[in-house]
Amino acid sequence: MDLSAINPVLLVASLMVAATPILLAAIGELVVEKAGVLNLGVEGMMIVGAIAGFATAVETGSPLFGFLISAFAGAALSLLFVIMTQVALANQVASGLALTLFGLGLSALMGQSYVGIKPPQLGQIHLPVLSDLPVVGQILFSHDIILYFGIALTAAVWAVLKYTRVGLILRAVGENHDAAHALGYKVVRIRILAILFGGACAGLGGAYISLIRVPQWTEGMTAGVGWIALALVVFASWKPWRALLGAYLFGGVTVVQLNLQAAGVAIPVEYLAMSPYLITILVLVMLSADKSSAPAALGRIFHASR
Amino acid sequence: MKLTKLLTGAAMALALATGAMADTTKVGFVYVGPVGDGGWTYEHDQGRLAVEEAFGDKVETVYVESVAEGPDSERVMTQMALEGADLIFTTSFGYMDPTINVAKKFPNVKFEHATGYKRADNVSTYSARFYEGRAVQGHIAGKLTKSNTIGYIASYPIPEVIRGINSAYVHAKKVNPDVEFKIIWAYTWFDPAKEADAAKALIEQGADVILQHTDSTAPQAAAQAAGNVYTFGQASDMAEYGPMPRVSSIIDNWAPYYIARTQAVIDGTWTSVDTWDGIPTGMVKIGEITDAVPADVKAEALAMVEAMRAGEYHPFTGPLKKQDGSDWLADGETADDGTLAGMNFYVEGLEGTIPQ
Repeated sequence: MDLSAINPVLLVASLMVAATPILLAAIGELVVEKAGVLNLGVEGMMIVGAIAGFATAVETGSPLFGFLISAFAGAALSLLFVIMTQVALANQVASGLALTLFGLGLSALMGQSYVGIKPPQLGQIHLPVLSDLPVVGQILFSHDIILYFGIALTAAVWAVLKYTRVGLILRAVGENHDAAHALGYKVVRIRILAILFGGACAGLGGAYISLIRVPQWTEGMTAGVGWIALALVVFASWKPWRALLGAYLFGGVTVVQLNLQAAGVAIPVEYLAMSPYLITILVLVMLSADKSSAPAALGRIFHASR
Repeated sequence: MKLTKLLTGAAMALALATGAMADTTKVGFVYVGPVGDGGWTYEHDQGRLAVEEAFGDKVETVYVESVAEGPDSERVMTQMALEGADLIFTTSFGYMDPTINVAKKFPNVKFEHATGYKRADNVSTYSARFYEGRAVQGHIAGKLTKSNTIGYIASYPIPEVIRGINSAYVHAKKVNPDVEFKIIWAYTWFDPAKEADAAKALIEQGADVILQHTDSTAPQAAAQAAGNVYTFGQASDMAEYGPMPRVSSIIDNWAPYYIARTQAVIDGTWTSVDTWDGIPTGMVKIGEITDAVPADVKAEALAMVEAMRAGEYHPFTGPLKKQDGSDWLADGETADDGTLAGMNFYVEGLEGTIPQ
């Protein structure tokens, strides 16, 4: 066992990278669920975002443009979910699962000519004095722009939900769509916008995996991150900052356990391998002891005439 | 009337199609990852395509990709057998028990399970001696490393993976007595993000050569981003990452075996066998060693390949001891296949314990 082999600065820096895709997808899904819609298609939207962003970045040479397109691609796929659940009033669980399966297949088709290609790199930001600070500089001020965007998005979603009229309306739609409808709010329209937002975030999260975290395109490369983001929203009690905490915990413990294994720590590997799930669930369950509950209308279909 | 006509037409077409299919031999493949993984499953699919090429209209192939190991695979195999497959290749270690279970229910269907050790009258097993390739990798890795730290991304603690670790270590140690292995068990065959994280963790801890037993090219990408790190292609050539970081590779070449077994089913000569081929028959190939490797090291590696091809050299040749210091192979003695097939111990010098 040689713990000195682990460099804590590099460790924290890489755990932030590992957490960002989960965070982006979870924040998007959180808004969707706050509006009373359960979209299980996160994984599908992520992987379509991953290939769309990757392909765009390769073709145009601009990773940032790739991220932009990945958000559009995720939103475009979620439009399918919109048609199924908001227009055709289909079951949300089944529609979401279908979206995931469709997204996995579609991405494999789209990505056939992109296997084994290297994407252009998105540079890390470099702030003159701050990035050169020892320890803090490397942890806080030397990442790519999307990572900061994820944190900013969390703050923005939290502020909007808590302090603005828009947030209040969104929550009203999610808690009791009949009452919101009676007050004159366009329930379906609000939900559609929330679903599109969720799709865009998931697409971004997917592109973060294919353009920064790995970076390459491989079929099925999200490998379940979307499902983890979904679970995280529930365990985070639909609160943005807890979703951030959960994502960092999960990403963090995943990276830490790999580092501990490499350093030869004498903890059985099985326990290390299960630790990200266990610790994240434990911490978030303890936090959710304040009885915050799911949006009351979550997963229920709204029809104005009923 | 029109509808009735349409239905009759459809029924006739269906009958014709089924009739036509009775003459063809149907071969099914169950894959653990997507065919585009660039590694393990990709090579099995190349084998499937070779079967189609070789037999043309006489053979129809079907495959299902990304099938989880365990009960779900049993469902997929059952479905294939019900749809009339004559021969089914199940291409991952974790399909072992499901294959045996399904084979019991379909005695007339032939099954071929890759890398396992359980056989039945209608279940064959086949595997490649990847450890021969690992020996070459270990030799090159031991010569290349400057930090004397070699990272190893392992998948599951099964004999095949442990053999690979031992073989690579024995040969790295032989040329570089100071070499140290850092091993990460990823507990997955295919998860690019996790594989990349594992590679990064190893690199951050000083490894400058990364060996992988997982199926995607993600560790190659991570090594490339890090710069001065060497890697080896796993299962497939992964040549797109050469000449650096990928300096060589182990390639699984299943095509000849798949064609031979399909032919046996057509001829009615199929019997349950246990095939374990390596470099001599070409089931294991060593991908091109790039110029990033010094010429003398490359020559030594090629000489080792040649010695194995000629049957003059066995990667596990004594004297070798087990990790606990007890004797395993005496001087000049080579390991027998039984021990290798069930290998569950590290050789002397490796640190850490194998997860149970």
